[in-house]
Amino acid sequence: MFWKRMFGAEKKQEQEEKAERGFFQKLVSGLEKTKQGFVDKVEQIMTGRKVDEELFEELEEALIQADCGVETSLFLVDQLRERAKAEKITEAEQLKAVLVEEVVQLLQKNAAALKTPEERPYVLMVVGVNGAGKTTTIAKLAYRFKQEGAKVLLAAGDTFRAGAIEQLEVWANRIGVELIKHQEGSDPAAVAYDAVNAAKARKTDVLILDTAGRLQTKVNLMSELAKVHRVVQRELGRDLDEILLVVDATTGQNALSQAKIFQEAVPLTGIALTKLDGTAKGGIVLALANELELAVKLVGVGEQYEDLQDFEANTFAAALFGRQEKMLDND
Amino acid sequence: MAFQNLSARLQDTMRKLRGKGRLSEKDVDEILREIRLALLEADVNYKVVKDFVAHVKERATGQEVLKSLTPGQQVVRIVNEELTQLMGGTQAKLTLASKPPSVILMVGLQGSGKTTTSGKLARMLKAQGHRPLLVACDVYRPAAIQQLQTLGEQIDIPVFTMGEQNPVDISKAAMSHAQSHNNDVVLIDTAGRLHVDDELMEELVNIKDAVSPSEILLVVDAMTGQDAVNVAKSFNERLEIGGIVLTKLDGDARGGAALSVKAVTGKPIKYVGVSEKMDGLEPFHPDRMASRILGMGDMLTLIEKAVSAVDEEKAEKMAAKLREAEFTLEDFQEQLSQMKEMGPIDQLVGMIPGLGSAKQLRNLEVDESHLKKIEAIIQSMTPEERRRPEIIGGSRRKRIAAGSGTRIQDVNRLLKQFSQTKQMLKQFSSASMGKSRGRRRKGMFSLFQ
Repeated sequence: MFWKRMFGAEKKQEQEEKAERGFFQKLVSGLEKTKQGFVDKVEQIMTGRKVDEELFEELEEALIQADCGVETSLFLVDQLRERAKAEKITEAEQLKAVLVEEVVQLLQKNAAALKTPEERPYVLMVVGVNGAGKTTTIAKLAYRFKQEGAKVLLAAGDTFRAGAIEQLEVWANRIGVELIKHQEGSDPAAVAYDAVNAAKARKTDVLILDTAGRLQTKVNLMSELAKVHRVVQRELGRDLDEILLVVDATTGQNALSQAKIFQEAVPLTGIALTKLDGTAKGGIVLALANELELAVKLVGVGEQYEDLQDFEANTFAAALFGRQEKMLDND
Repeated sequence: MAFQNLSARLQDTMRKLRGKGRLSEKDVDEILREIRLALLEADVNYKVVKDFVAHVKERATGQEVLKSLTPGQQVVRIVNEELTQLMGGTQAKLTLASKPPSVILMVGLQGSGKTTTSGKLARMLKAQGHRPLLVACDVYRPAAIQQLQTLGEQIDIPVFTMGEQNPVDISKAAMSHAQSHNNDVVLIDTAGRLHVDDELMEELVNIKDAVSPSEILLVVDAMTGQDAVNVAKSFNERLEIGGIVLTKLDGDARGGAALSVKAVTGKPIKYVGVSEKMDGLEPFHPDRMASRILGMGDMLTLIEKAVSAVDEEKAEKMAAKLREAEFTLEDFQEQLSQMKEMGPIDQLVGMIPGLGSAKQLRNLEVDESHLKKIEAIIQSMTPEERRRPEIIGGSRRKRIAAGSGTRIQDVNRLLKQFSQTKQMLKQFSSASMGKSRGRRRKGMFSLFQ
């Protein structure tokens, strides 16, 4: 955990290990619903039969149903087809291991953790469409950084939606971190300006900037976002440490358009995938990894503070394919 | 964009089938494969797509082809019709109780847009002469109550709150409040919840039992993926919903969730959310939604409109001019009058596959009165000026402005726009030229043949 290294807080290794194990259980149970749909299906498809064209088609169907997208599903199935041929795999069970391998490989392609802080303040901006879960993600992040011993400042940059400032304020009070806010309807760039300067003056470790939810097709709102970014960059005198796009795991193929267009407005550094605790498969993660070079850095699997964690390709794939015994044995 | 490839592929397939009088099963299969992909890309649920495609196939195989359409278009027409039908009629009617107050319960996942939609609906009801009361039952999300209160102030509608108490108690209290304050519609905004969260789903059932709503609306985000079926199914099974509101349709999501949700619940989509503002709630139009999901614009309508309005010979000439970039203001004027016959320009742009999402056109807002001005300006030019706009200097501009009753700035703007348009048309022309070499061209509309 980088805060401790960086700012010299005490390391509580034991607790951490416990927390990580707890998170895995959470991810497993969060993905439990997913498993029931997707994995059972894969299990069913890939048990006690020979590898044939029908099997590939059923697999493609299962992947599409997990929101992996047509392109990525076809890509994965093609990979399997090729490997089955090259490696002379004839039994479906053997092919399953190959599928897990391919999925992990895909997820690891752009995998990266949150950037290690180098300079105070560590500035993180959160962007996304309406209702993706930005504010909740910020609350969880703020809690996490605070637990790690960092001094955290939040900036209420959603000056548009009714009650958004109050929502962040409630979180700030609950967690016990500071908040910079203006009136509803004020200029979000001005909030960002004040926040960066306050962070510098107060020697804040982490500054987290909230932004209003916006659909990526709203050109004027996207330029507003670009402006906020410019102001932060200018006041900071350097690039922001993280700009995270928050994506709802229930989102379908539109997530690709979101990532692409937000990327045009501000230089995204990664994705936070929220609401993975429903029955949504989050297969969009595979599509994002395959079609865009954007790392999923965080996943949210529940409503507790601890339910936001670093994205781990292995853990994710293992949970997705229900291999927790093996994972836990290796710990 | 994936969908443009798809649209192009579909057009390729359709081209191959040109001139056939009857469709074989294989022909239909070929087109349906593309349709299937289009639907999946639009996030329509896999199973729903499967059933749908099977149904269309039955109808399309062996069909006589209409004279005016190519076989490919015929299949697309059937798909469009079936999609529209599947999505139901325009049913923007809320079920209200015979004896007021009527209760409308708003339910859905977190972040789907319940609170905003509640505000919009209340505003609409007020405009229809009702006296709505908003009830804040989201006691979980921080400041959700405050959000509703702020919205209530904006639209001048009372909001009933009891802080973070039991939502069932709040609902009951709101009912007696409504009765004593003469409110005839009670809109209950509930907390977002996962359909698999048993405890919270039970809470909704309890609210339902306590206030017997005449209408339960499931609020669904248009960007939802394959999981929309599970969400809709669960909510419907637990609550027996009355209808659906599809939100965030002002984005670029194709909205396949609409079809999935409709297919799995059989309940009508009553409204769609089209902006963050309080007036952004509209009745649902199944035909528009069908075109959007197919990602093809309103292709058939456009074909029909184009066929009736565009004189083929003129179009042929126009195409040649476009190709050689000899497009003049005279042609521009002619184009304008032809387009006017076809209907509002911004709708036309939306109907053209690929163009609807073209970046240069995203901001294009066409003002019809502006067009009149343009016509007046062009009519005030000499034929020579129309053919060679580059000769229009300062004093000619002054004369044209005076003659057309406009300002010099208007003339300047038109000339600038014209040169930009010319540039753009040149791009489109050369882009589509590559693909369609050797085919008879009819301007932009050749895309559809």
